[in-house]
This record gives sequence, C-alpha cells and structure tokens, in this order.
Amino acid sequence: MNQSNASHFSRIARALHWTMAALIVLMLLLGAGMIAGDPAQYSRYIVWHKSIGVAIFMLAIVRLLYRLRHPAPALPDDLSALQRLAAHGSHVALYGLMLALPLVGWAMLSAGGYPVALLGGLQLPAILAPHAPTYAALRMLHSVLAWSLFALVMLHLAAALHHGWVRRDGVLATMARWRG
Amino acid sequence: MNPDHAPPRREPLRGAAALARLTAIAAVVAAGVGGFTWFAGVLGGRGLSARAIIDTLQGPRPHAGFRRNHAKGICVSGWFDGNGAASRDSRAGFFARQRASVIGRFAEAGPNPYVPDGSAAVRSLALQLTLPDGEQWRTGMNDIPFFPVATPAGFEAQLRAQQPDPETGKPDPAAMSAFIAAHPQAAALGQALKTMPRATDFGSDTYNSVNAFILRDALGGTHAVRWSLRPEQVADPQALADDPNARFERLLQQLDAGPLRWHLMLTLAQPGDAVDDASQPWPADRPTIDAGTLTLTHASGEDVGGCRDIVYDPLVLPDGIEASNDPLLSARSAAYAVSYRRRAGEPPGDSALAGQQAGTHGEAQP
Repeated sequence: MNQSNASHFSRIARALHWTMAALIVLMLLLGAGMIAGDPAQYSRYIVWHKSIGVAIFMLAIVRLLYRLRHPAPALPDDLSALQRLAAHGSHVALYGLMLALPLVGWAMLSAGGYPVALLGGLQLPAILAPHAPTYAALRMLHSVLAWSLFALVMLHLAAALHHGWVRRDGVLATMARWRG
Repeated sequence: MNPDHAPPRREPLRGAAALARLTAIAAVVAAGVGGFTWFAGVLGGRGLSARAIIDTLQGPRPHAGFRRNHAKGICVSGWFDGNGAASRDSRAGFFARQRASVIGRFAEAGPNPYVPDGSAAVRSLALQLTLPDGEQWRTGMNDIPFFPVATPAGFEAQLRAQQPDPETGKPDPAAMSAFIAAHPQAAALGQALKTMPRATDFGSDTYNSVNAFILRDALGGTHAVRWSLRPEQVADPQALADDPNARFERLLQQLDAGPLRWHLMLTLAQPGDAVDDASQPWPADRPTIDAGTLTLTHASGEDVGGCRDIVYDPLVLPDGIEASNDPLLSARSAAYAVSYRRRAGEPPGDSALAGQQAGTHGEAQP
C-alpha cells in the first residue's frame, strides 16, 4: 500500500482502527459463545453477532476508502524486506477478512434458508438461494476464516508489541496514541 | 508536520532486556490464544452447549443425512388462512384475513429415522408459513401438553437418562429414576400422557407450541401466548396397522380422501402464569382465540417434498410475534442449527417414506 510522510495515523484512522478492534474482538467472542456457550443465551448472541457483523462490514468499507486516500505512515527504513512484506501482507489479509467474514456469514444464512434478522427488526434480503450443501460449505468456511482472523489479530498484536517494546521504532505509537 | 508529534524513536533493545520483552509479548499472545481457545470450547466443553446436546441426542452412531431429532418424517403442504380474530392482540400479518402458503412436516420424535410408528412417545408437526410478501413464521409443535423439563440442562439430563446402557441395550432404570426425582414435571407429563385421550393418527392429533411467545399488538402492547393446532378431524377409530410406517400411511390415505384442517388456537396467559417455563401447564380455563385455519392438502416423502432442508427454528418469527424468555426457545434454535450444520454436510439419508405421495387439490388455491 501507499505510504505517506505523516508521522502517525490521523484521528479518524485511529478511531476506525480501535472501534473495529473492539468490535472484532467482541465478534469473535460472540461467535465462539454461540458454539460453545450456554444454549439459553444463543438467541441473544446471534442477533448481536449478525448486527455487529453488518457494522464491521460497513466500517471496513469506510476504512478501506479512507486508507486509499490517506496512506499509512512509512515503516522504519531499517525494517527487513521480509518484515515489510509480512506487514503489508497481513494488513491486506486483515482487510480481506473484515470484508469476507460478514459476506460469508450473510451468504451462509441465505443458503441455509434463514431470514437474516438484525437488531431493531431490520432484515437483510437473501443473497443466495437456499441450498443445504452450499450452507454446509459456507458454514465451514465461516469458521475457517474466523480462526484465520483470530490468528492474524494475535500476530498483529505480537508485531505491534515487538515494534513498541523491543524495536522501539515508533511504529506502535503511530496508532496507539491519544493526542495529535 | 509538527515535530512535537513525531513518534519517539529510541535505540532498540538487545540481549537480556530484549529477551525479557519478547517473553512478555509471548505471554500476552499465549494468554490471548489460550483464553480464546478455552472460551471457544476447543480444549473440551466448558459446560452445556448445543453441540453437547446434539452429541448426546445422536449417540455414538448418528444417522447421517437426517435431522438429529424427529428424524422420521414426511413433508406436507397447504395453506393457512388468518381470520382477523387475533389482530387485536398481534399485528402479525398471519392473523389478518389473508392466506399464507405452508410447507410442513409431520414426524415421530427421536433420532431414529426408521423408528416403527407407535414406539415413539411424541409426534410433531412443524410448519413454515410464508405470506405473499415473503415474511416467514416457523413453528415446531409437539403433541404433548407441556414439556418435561424447564431448561436446556434439564433436557440434556433427560437425554442422558434415556441413553441405552451399552451392556443391556436399554436405558438404566436407576438413571431414569434419578432424573424423574430431580424433575417432577417429567413424572407429571408421564401421568398426563397416560390419562389424556390421545390420537393414534396424525390427522386427529393436537399439536402444541409448548413454549410461550409474546404477541405484540398495533399499539406496542404485549400479550404472552401459547398456541395449539386443534384438529377438525374426529379421532380415528382405526387402530394403527401392524406396519412400521402405519401412522404415515394412514396420513397418506387421509390426504388422498381430502384436505385435513386444524384451527390455530391462541391461549392468552393470565397474570401469574408461567411464561418462561414450558414445563408448567396453564390452567384450562384460560381464554383462547381461534386465529385461523390450517389446511393441508398434500404429503410427499422428504426426497421431493421440500421440507427436508428447512430448519423449523422456533425463533423465525414475524413482526408481531416475539420470543419469550423461555431458555428452551434459544436452546432449540441453537440445537437445530447444530443438527442442520451436520446433516447439510452429509449426503441426504434414505428416508423410510421416500417416494410416497398423496393429496387432492381440495379447494382451489387463490
């Protein structure tokens, strides 16, 4: 992706990042809670899961458009080519999953013949015709992508802390800051 | 750029200091991975889950391609005519004077798709009703007046008590006694089923929502309700034939002779009635509303009938009908999703009723 000469991410970029970070963590917990948690809470979890999924999808589009117009601060010069590739690749994958997971969830529920009911009585139209084998495949894909997102979030966290705590190169502070 | 905002750059740490920080990072990530995988049940169950309920229900040798409960069934189709009588209590379009199309399913309870008719304790009728504008209402009803347990944990305990002992092939009587002792409404249901008149055929049976729901009226007011399908058909005098599919074959004969009809009776709760506990029956004198008529005209095996891949999730509800706080409703929704996920990924099972067809056109469809 393009890089700018800015020393840190803008307030808008940071607000988008941290809002979505909180939503994605909540989303992963809700998804896991639906599978392994108290079945008496399932109906509450799923309506929040679907609604937050829609919010993440819309925020991801806003964020991607914003990012294309406002490139990220440059990475430090002394970063190896491999680290640079990992940084860019993992960010492309994070954006991809933020967009793909809600879409796969929506398609999966459509293929399962489930009406996609959200908080407040809102309902999304079906984007696929009901078809059980398609549901089974998309349901599996939804889990695989969710675990991939979790792994990437952990990798992202580890890399951010490595920049902040070991390399001390200012990369963490481009996103983790209150002011400016 | 204001230089005050330039990120702090310090010398990178090396040696022991770096190792200590790397260890701290590893600890943060390990806590995240460990915590989440525990929460997601990857390290083994952390209490009751829908997955555990379905595991217990299907047993060690699941019938691939079938629903994990109410596995033996047949598809039916027809329509539901709302009559306006319930429109004061619910703004749901289904209660207005209009016709909804219906794809339903009669079934014998239990995980065995080849269970001989008459050996299962419970029969069910599940419906998916669709209004002309596409709005859906799904309801799975049983021919028991109330549920034996109040909670998902109670249901799981019942399933465990019913598990056949690998030694004898039969449930352990001691386990069943212990379950009954801990769940008195299970004993009450057993007693009620012995004494109440009960149809032997699907056509003259009564099917109950068992769980309560909340109606929402046009002004936003709410009314707790349970519903029942009351048959127009009088009790079938014929005993079930000595045939493993006798009850389904009787249904096919009845539909070949003409449509079958039920009235959707809404029973409104009074203050003090147990809304969130399906194991507590309501007193018999509660007011009821005849909200409309279900007409079933056709039946066909699940291979072609269009009901096999429908999840009769009781929480697919139209505007004007909402879930109560009964924990079984959420658990049913969760467990049906697990069952569907499993069977959707398996080749369809070979139904005992495949290839069966019956029906007449009855009155003309609008």
